[in-house]
Amino acid sequence: MKVWALHLVLIAVLFAAQFLLSPYHTTNLARIMVLAVFAMGYNLAFGYTGLLSLGHALLLGAGMYAAGLSAQLWGFSAGPALIVGTVAGGVMAAAVGLLALRTAGVSFMIVTLMFAQAGYLTILYFAPTTGGDEGFTLAAASRTFAGFDLSTDTPRFFAALALFALGLLVSLALVRSPFGRTMVAMRENEERSRMLGYNPFAVKLAALTISGLYAGAAGAAYALLFGYVGASFTTIQYSILPMLYVLLGGAGTTIGPLLGAALMFALIEAASGLTTAYLFLVGLALVVLVLFAPKGILGTIRERWLKWLP
Amino acid sequence: MASLIETHDLTLHFGGLKAVDGVDFSLMAGEIHALIGPNGAGKTTFVSLLSGRRMAQSGTIHLGTEDITHLPAHIRVRKGIAYTFQITSIFPRLTVFDNVALAVQAQGAKDLHGRTQAALARVGLVGLEEQEAQTLAYGHQRLLELAMGLALNPRVLILDEPTQGLAASEIEGFKRLVESLVPETTVLLIEHNMEVVMDLATRITVLNFGQVLATGTPEEIRANPLVQEAYLGA
Repeated sequence: MKVWALHLVLIAVLFAAQFLLSPYHTTNLARIMVLAVFAMGYNLAFGYTGLLSLGHALLLGAGMYAAGLSAQLWGFSAGPALIVGTVAGGVMAAAVGLLALRTAGVSFMIVTLMFAQAGYLTILYFAPTTGGDEGFTLAAASRTFAGFDLSTDTPRFFAALALFALGLLVSLALVRSPFGRTMVAMRENEERSRMLGYNPFAVKLAALTISGLYAGAAGAAYALLFGYVGASFTTIQYSILPMLYVLLGGAGTTIGPLLGAALMFALIEAASGLTTAYLFLVGLALVVLVLFAPKGILGTIRERWLKWLP
Repeated sequence: MASLIETHDLTLHFGGLKAVDGVDFSLMAGEIHALIGPNGAGKTTFVSLLSGRRMAQSGTIHLGTEDITHLPAHIRVRKGIAYTFQITSIFPRLTVFDNVALAVQAQGAKDLHGRTQAALARVGLVGLEEQEAQTLAYGHQRLLELAMGLALNPRVLILDEPTQGLAASEIEGFKRLVESLVPETTVLLIEHNMEVVMDLATRITVLNFGQVLATGTPEEIRANPLVQEAYLGA
């Protein structure tokens, strides 16, 4: 009860933020919420199931390009394009998982990284369709949903909030379900899980696919809300960022991804005002985190004070 | 009594080491069967073949009338072969409740709470549900391991050195618990503590160098000169 209340209050606070923040910050918050959806998906794979993927940019990109290209080439509007993007993320994750989940640990990291790099190069290779390095912008016509123009501030914010809220509540329901317990069992002791009758491959594949659905939805939403599709979203940077968000906010906590995404977003914005080498600061943040707060902010809070935090 | 698990010519060699070497073995329904033998005799490897943690190089394993030789471990568990680990293997950072619930929900989600509590009650861990498993005393961790095995409602429960590291008082409780499991559950027990073996087992199989040296009742095994030479006489 307490747990659900906390999550609903968080959604209410985000809803209210729209009326309190300047348009500039409202847009940033919309961006953060979309990135948080990406991170929540990453968290289900990494934080709960223990799958340390370095290839989630591929899943984000699958959603982004599936939504963007279906809008561009076939004139899909935002609703169908979002669905296509979400499914593309899930299908891509399942396909990668079928091969990559034959490995574990460091090998899994390398294989997923390799797949993501192959995806990036594929997008560059098909430049006439994908726009290559430069990407493409989405026509205003495809950025409408139920009559609302998603390129304007208020509808964009509410669309991002709706997606985030859905993602958050689904993720909460999932981790509190028996399947959520099974995912954690994979992370904690795979061999024991197997000897309890679970098929580790099937459980991990399911978790990775769900993670891919989140990444796909986030990629599609990013394209539709901000009007741009580009190869830069499929680079290694976008595989590392969700991991950073999750580590900072707290791996294996439901709200951690949002917190991490918001803080990292603010950090990058502040740092890029100071220096062009802002990625250096991102790297530094990762090192500091791993050394001093391996459980992240909410992970530490849960350990010390709020044991009930999901 | 009908045999529940039967192996024929079961073999697993590691290079030149014949860990399990042509073992014919039968586990009768409802018995407590002890597997003994010197260190390195192949006991753990043999039960690993039964549970599917390792795959046999040759020979067959039947569960009832079904050939399970090539089934993966998790399917064998679902068919009723539960294995409890020699070195306690629990989910250390999960609560006691979650540890057992994982075993329970693998059998279906109905009445998860009630069935989990029942398994905990059976081993006497009620009241510790919310405790993190790694903070339990060692004896309690062994009991948790056992509760997870029981929660699977197995037809065969394989216990790999369950009393290792337990205090004498805990061993008494453990013996009563195992006795209460049969005949609904058949127990295959690897055990070094001869007192436990002689008290509990209805039949004993002695392994030596990966081969069956003898099978029989505790009295027959005690009287067997080959066994005395290889093992008991030491």
